[in-house]
Amino acid sequence: MNSVKRFDMFRMFFSVLVALLISFVIIFFVSEEPVTAIVTLITGPLKSKRNMGDVVVAMVPLIFTGTGVCIMFSANQINLATEGGFHLGGLVAAAVVLKMGLPAGLSPIVAICMAALVGAVFCAIPAVMKIKTGSPELVSSLMINYLSLWFCTFILMHFLQDPSVGSASYKLPAESELPTLIKGTNIHAGLLVALLVAVLGYVFLYKTRTGYELRLTGENEAFARYSGINIVKVILISQMVGGVIAGMGGGVELLSPIYSRFSWVGLLGYGWDAIIICTLAKKNPLYTPLAALFLAYLRTGASIMARYTDVTLEIVQITQGIIILLVVAEQFLSGMKHRMIAKEAKASLKEEEVA
Amino acid sequence: MLQNLLSPEFFNAILRATTPILFASLAASVAAKSGITNMALEGIMLFAALFGVVFSAMTGNFAGGLLLTMIAGGLIGLLLAFFVLNLKTDEILAAIAINLMATGGTVLLMLAISGDRGSSTSIASVSAPRIVIPLVDKIPFLGQILSGQNLMTYLSILAVVVMHLFLYKTPLGLKIRAVGENKNAAESVGISAKKIQYIALILSGVLASMGGYFLSGGYMNMFTKDMSAGKGYIALAASAMGGDTPIGGFLVSLLFGAAQALANMMQLTDIPHELIQMVPYLTTLVGLGIYSYAGMKRRQRLAGK
Amino acid sequence: MACLEKNIVLQMNHIMKIYSNGVVANEDVSIELEKGEIHALLGENGAGKSTLMKVLFGIESPDEGQILLNGQETTIRSPQDAISKGIGMVHQHFMLVPSLTVAENIILGVEPKKKGVFIDMEKAISVAEEIAKKYNFDIDVRAKVEEIPVGIKQKVEILKALYRGADILILDEPTAVLTPQETDELFVQLEKLRDNGHTIIFISHKLDEIKRICNRATIMRSGRSMGTYEVKDISTEDMSRLMVGRDVVLTFDKEKAKPAATLLKVRNLAVRNTQGVLKVDDLSFDLRGGEILGIAGVEGNGQSELIDSLTGLNKSYQGQITVKGTDIKGCSIKGIRDLKVAHIPEDRMVSGCAGNLNILENLFSNQYTDPEYSGKMLLKTKRIQERSNELIREYLVKCKSFRQNVGMLSGGNIQKVIVAREFSTGPDIIIANQPTRGVDVGAAEFIRRRLLEFRNAGCAVILVSADLNEVFSLSDRLAVMYKGKFSGMFTDVEAVTEEELGQYMLGLKHQADQEGVIYE
Repeated sequence: MNSVKRFDMFRMFFSVLVALLISFVIIFFVSEEPVTAIVTLITGPLKSKRNMGDVVVAMVPLIFTGTGVCIMFSANQINLATEGGFHLGGLVAAAVVLKMGLPAGLSPIVAICMAALVGAVFCAIPAVMKIKTGSPELVSSLMINYLSLWFCTFILMHFLQDPSVGSASYKLPAESELPTLIKGTNIHAGLLVALLVAVLGYVFLYKTRTGYELRLTGENEAFARYSGINIVKVILISQMVGGVIAGMGGGVELLSPIYSRFSWVGLLGYGWDAIIICTLAKKNPLYTPLAALFLAYLRTGASIMARYTDVTLEIVQITQGIIILLVVAEQFLSGMKHRMIAKEAKASLKEEEVA
Repeated sequence: MLQNLLSPEFFNAILRATTPILFASLAASVAAKSGITNMALEGIMLFAALFGVVFSAMTGNFAGGLLLTMIAGGLIGLLLAFFVLNLKTDEILAAIAINLMATGGTVLLMLAISGDRGSSTSIASVSAPRIVIPLVDKIPFLGQILSGQNLMTYLSILAVVVMHLFLYKTPLGLKIRAVGENKNAAESVGISAKKIQYIALILSGVLASMGGYFLSGGYMNMFTKDMSAGKGYIALAASAMGGDTPIGGFLVSLLFGAAQALANMMQLTDIPHELIQMVPYLTTLVGLGIYSYAGMKRRQRLAGK
Repeated sequence: MACLEKNIVLQMNHIMKIYSNGVVANEDVSIELEKGEIHALLGENGAGKSTLMKVLFGIESPDEGQILLNGQETTIRSPQDAISKGIGMVHQHFMLVPSLTVAENIILGVEPKKKGVFIDMEKAISVAEEIAKKYNFDIDVRAKVEEIPVGIKQKVEILKALYRGADILILDEPTAVLTPQETDELFVQLEKLRDNGHTIIFISHKLDEIKRICNRATIMRSGRSMGTYEVKDISTEDMSRLMVGRDVVLTFDKEKAKPAATLLKVRNLAVRNTQGVLKVDDLSFDLRGGEILGIAGVEGNGQSELIDSLTGLNKSYQGQITVKGTDIKGCSIKGIRDLKVAHIPEDRMVSGCAGNLNILENLFSNQYTDPEYSGKMLLKTKRIQERSNELIREYLVKCKSFRQNVGMLSGGNIQKVIVAREFSTGPDIIIANQPTRGVDVGAAEFIRRRLLEFRNAGCAVILVSADLNEVFSLSDRLAVMYKGKFSGMFTDVEAVTEEELGQYMLGLKHQADQEGVIYE
């Protein structure tokens, strides 16, 4: 690892630290018992096996959408449709296990595959609109996220709803639930799928032809074109692969032990979380589990804090916002970076003289 | 149904539904004219919706509340400008960060102030008044549309005029347009592009905050969680489709407002309300597609000429 | 006419400017302007004219030398400073805001006000009209800039400078974008300005224009001034000799070319740019294996458009291009590359590499689909890494490892990465556009030797270069491009003198019958 990368790592940790400090200051302002709140936030997730399990469970959807966004953003497409793709994936999985009546072993697999397929089609919409009409993918993807939300709610309320519970589907059949891996926790088989997806995402981006084409296009479209790469094809594939992963993530999440019904009547925000995961992982899917672990830990700590103190869970979103702002601020600590590069350049000059 | 569509109440509702989108679309256009996409509109509106409730309760009157909210909106615009212009943060990612902070921050604040996390019913806020315009309200049909609107609705239409004059008739407006279109040209005659973009983003924040204020102090009389519901994003599309001009943005906002009002009215029919909720977003999506396609064809024609 | 007693308004003495990347753009340049003259600044691309003017206009600060304005020593810190001191500049790329009207562009930054808040548009228009009238510019100041032709845009730029009180007016290649009629009109106006006491610096390499309109000319070559001359006393031949020349003569021991089969045929090629201007005009030529065809010429005479058409980047050309018997009209860029055509692009950072990707990733963008480097899906990472190390060694790329980002390398090393990539496919045709521009001497020498090696091995090479040394020493045939056509074609390169070449490049001479353009 060269020193520039090392510096970027340092800057990232520093940014995270600053964000946490600011969040603690906010806690001091809003809370009657700030010290207890902060201690709970930090140590809560380690207090019990169950809590530790919750951290791991919370990682799963983040790894999925984070990996999806890493791939989509690597092609330099600011497509935010992972949010809606994830949501639709959950709905499709619920619909499959509730309505298709497949045999127990097959049902979750088919459900997740269908979720992935629908996610791919959904996330391709902004790309197709961009290619065919020139619409900015940013705005169109924001709009279809809301369409996804209301479409899913519509299907839920009119085709899947269990009248006895209100806005939730019938209970999902127990045999379609993903098996738990560790007793006493909710850690489920979805984690393995998520980790596999992160690894495969890495392999796709960094070890396959298409991934290579995708990164070339994302870094310099003119260069990719000059090299003979079909840019339209690359953009479309990148968004569909991202969509597959997002949709799959929705399916896995819904079939995990933490849900017994489909009851998502608001956007869950995993698409936005994915952007911070992608930022922290520097667009490399292999690092998404680490970034997800950090975020999941923070989330779990915050939700324990919310349970036992007067500080609410939403503090985490503020922390996340600050992290994004600082991590992507090119000029943040740029003076320090410049001094370091200059020092190194001088050192290497000296080396050359000696040699 | 048709009768309802032609009723003055419906047109009245269109203006109401247009107001927040219009403010935000003006905010988007002033930023866009200076060369920056302000996607943080969504977050600024959400913050402002809560601030409006809090500040009007604090000051005991709507004017004080509105003024403080506008200042707060301007400060968020300033924050965005600082990150984008000084620290060279990507403008979209910076906006996403601000929007995230708004989603969490508003709930956090509301909980800290009122002890409630869903809505602000316990805060004694003061909404902007409805205004009956004397004489105008006597005009049949038209009077029912134009009179009796919320003050903010009138302000939003006034803002269209003011922003039009500002952008097209004042030296600062000229400078904003020059910077957004050709930064080098502007700087070659001694205009500081950074300073101009700072001003534009602060102004954008102020305008967006007025739209947010209306959400909780006019459209509704309280703050509810996530109440901006993508209106900032819709406004971004409205501004783009209106050529980033105040008047163009006004016309497109009216279209989107009509879609919203139609959706509201359709609530009374048997059409499932979930499908009705899709109307504003679908209208925006289709409108954006058509507008962009036309633009693409026009550019191709020009290049082929 | 020109004043008898000399009235010097501006002196720039012994200006030296070294850019931070070590390029010496001005070594020792001096220029002196008399009041009320049109003074030509003449030189090839890269001679240092633009740098000198940037120094004068406050965009760059000189490392050495002094500037005297009306006899007073002065420093010019910024364009604003220059404007306030009465210096105006009309850039080659117009500094205008397209959607604003002419009047708005003129008053931008110094708007007249009414009622304290609003722009006094009537006053702005009347002021603009007044100044246009004063200098006899026939312009509708209410028109939007995006709707007026290029010639008028230029007048707006001149008015902008005059409105800000410019006494000294710098015009950077003003006729490059104009039609002959527009040029005539511009010259009439410039003469009027001169008669009004304005001093004009006219940057150009068009000798006939300088003859027509300029009083004196300062000629620059390779960052030095070659002297100032009364235009009426110097012949165009002498001007071209002073302007075009080599400082050091490069020689390569090169074997005699053994041209083989014709690999590339171009017939009646015509290309228009996006503005619809005809840039390549009915061009035909052949290229054989084992020879280097050098294309010299002042930049902007259609070289880029020609290259873009040959490499598939531009598809909307007329005429026919065949590579080894295949008409490439229907080929994708990849299809053309599959015919073993390599391309070193003009601007390495724009389309030649991805600065944020590492050396390895930049080395395989044209050959990753080769079965040697990838299967149907997966890249053969290990093989690619081995090959990267080989290429880095073979092409002497100075770097820590192939994991280093290309953007962190020096210009010369980036170019070596590009050359390594393009040459490593074993091409039959190499299209090299400015292959050694902005590259250090060692790297340039290396790249030139490589080109010769490929030519000796039977490869066909097109070499477009602004470096005369390079085209002279490498080319087996040498074509000069002028206004989209070959103004000359030389089969015996060694017999061509620089003076002669200069005259073809500047359009003073044109071969009627060209030999050796087309084989058969």
